[in-house]
Amino acid sequence: MSVTDDMPFRVPIWSRLRRQIAGYGFLSPWLIGFFVLTLGPAMSSLYLSFTDYSLMSQPHWVGSANYAQIASDDPRFRAAMNVTFTYVLLSVPLKLVFALAVAVLLNKGMRGLNWFRAIFYLPSLIGGSVAIAVLWRQVFASDGMINQVLMTLFGYEGPSWIANPSTAIYTLVALAVWQFGSSMIIFLAGLRQIPQDMYEAASIDGASRTRQFFKITLPLLTPVIFFNAVILTIDAFKAFTPAFVISDGSGGPIDSTLFYTLYLYQEAFTNFRFGYASALAWVLVAIIAGFTALSFLSAKYWVHYDD
Amino acid sequence: MTSLTLQDIKKSYGNIDIIQGVDLKIEPGELVVFVGPSGCGKSTLLRMIAGLEPISSGELRIGGQRMNERSASERGIAMVFQSYALYPHMTVYKNMSFGLETARMPRAEIDSRVRKAAEILQITQLLDRKPKQLSGGQRQRVAIGRAIVREPSVFLFDEPLSNLDAELRVQTRVEIAKLHADIGATMIYVTHDQVEAMTLADRIVVLRGGRIEQAGTPLEIYNAPANRFVAGFIGSPKMNFLEARVLSSGGDLALDLAGTSVALAGYGGRGLEATASLGVRPEHLRVGSDQGADLGAMTVTHVEQLGGQTIVYGRLSDGQQIVATLDGQQSVQAGQELPLRVDLARCHVFDADGRRVAARAA
Repeated sequence: MSVTDDMPFRVPIWSRLRRQIAGYGFLSPWLIGFFVLTLGPAMSSLYLSFTDYSLMSQPHWVGSANYAQIASDDPRFRAAMNVTFTYVLLSVPLKLVFALAVAVLLNKGMRGLNWFRAIFYLPSLIGGSVAIAVLWRQVFASDGMINQVLMTLFGYEGPSWIANPSTAIYTLVALAVWQFGSSMIIFLAGLRQIPQDMYEAASIDGASRTRQFFKITLPLLTPVIFFNAVILTIDAFKAFTPAFVISDGSGGPIDSTLFYTLYLYQEAFTNFRFGYASALAWVLVAIIAGFTALSFLSAKYWVHYDD
Repeated sequence: MTSLTLQDIKKSYGNIDIIQGVDLKIEPGELVVFVGPSGCGKSTLLRMIAGLEPISSGELRIGGQRMNERSASERGIAMVFQSYALYPHMTVYKNMSFGLETARMPRAEIDSRVRKAAEILQITQLLDRKPKQLSGGQRQRVAIGRAIVREPSVFLFDEPLSNLDAELRVQTRVEIAKLHADIGATMIYVTHDQVEAMTLADRIVVLRGGRIEQAGTPLEIYNAPANRFVAGFIGSPKMNFLEARVLSSGGDLALDLAGTSVALAGYGGRGLEATASLGVRPEHLRVGSDQGADLGAMTVTHVEQLGGQTIVYGRLSDGQQIVATLDGQQSVQAGQELPLRVDLARCHVFDADGRRVAARAA
């Protein structure tokens, strides 16, 4: 062993401690944030999920009763699952397709590309806000912009899309798809990564633009599609603001916009059933983890990694 | 086998002319090498033939048919890219069969073509692998295989060996020459490596600044370069250009080369003015021989021993640099003075504009 290798053992213990303390000092903002704002509440919610707790009294241990009720005896949980799964299964693929289509168009090297990119990205920045949700409520109301356009163009008097239980969820899906900007930017970066000579080889091989898209672009873009799909799915499961604003926090009409997180919120802050809401939160964690795990398991069958 | 004709081919980007009027006829079954320094337009010219770059003006004919407006896939060509451009998500088999599937060829025919090409290139055992599982040399073979299966009338190679190590480069070069001999297709090969050009080509086309400087067989280019550029580009180490004063040019050409008088027969009356360059290839210089004409002496500054040859760098008495390649292992030291001689019949004379002045036949 060389002299240099021996050196660390000769450093006095107080000096090493002082160095480590400095290191932890610099880490402390993150550490405090993580333990106090993330891990602590998460652990306490795990504990609360096994209790009956209304904020007014001490938590009362009920074992797995909350989970049992969720599994067997909660029609609103089933309604929320139904709404949320509909939302996830519609909004994620639609958003992916829309973002990819726009990215492919923008990748053609058109003039003013940077402007278009910024304009298309804008809804992603502001789309999740309360203001946009309020605006959305106006747009799809019975006297909103959509119905005015339908009346002008086709003479069709549309319903209040938001007040109608069979259409309300689709207005929220549309709002989600409208925020395709960040996925589009990632797709654009992915498209730029595909070497041009791959397309040149394919064009010499006689492949049409469409065949090139399906045989070259899409397979080489699968890592990006996978990334976007996972992130969008997680986001969609956690969606809250639009449904809350559009239904005034009720999830109505007739629970047709009762997103899972909205139901969880109602249980906690309207019904003060914090134990039950905590159990709902952990069930959502399990669902998202399950979906993500499934995605990763499926990836080896359809995602192509170059290296 | 197919011929190619390029007639006044031009390529411009805005006001910048990249290819400035190229005329060339390539005979059926010929292997033509485009060679030149970076930026000379050789790859652009190849891509224009391939249909990957539009032709600004002029006419391209393949097999007698005008091809300017035809798409890449309709030109009957196949191309091997510098980067190989293999589809990373497809197996070797799929890479080779992709073009044939696109052309909706029957499956049995595709299979037989792919297996035959794989056999020729000895890659049958690799057919189920993906490109990332292959070495550089194997990828190169797959890229060539992808071209072969299409049974094109013209093969285009864009610097195909530049990503290989030296040993593999030599090996693959030999294989490409053998492939050409076996299938006899017309081939155009782009390289900046003059050794590849000399060893592979039936005919070399030397390009500079988007123009053909000279086209000819490797030995024509070596023995009778049209100008200083071509003379300097082909041959390694490059030709010595020795500046000399013209003493008389009426009868035989008499030059003053660093104080030594050199008389060249057959150059009289060629309009040489005050100065000329004498082009002498390093391998044609002789040391310690009494044969050939006297070129004065060089003072050795540096010596490279290659085993089979000794390359000697030095200066003439007037300070001009000169390189000599001597056979075998010569014991030469820096600072030593070496008397130089040369067979004047192997020397070249260039005028002040760099054009080669040909001697009259004796």
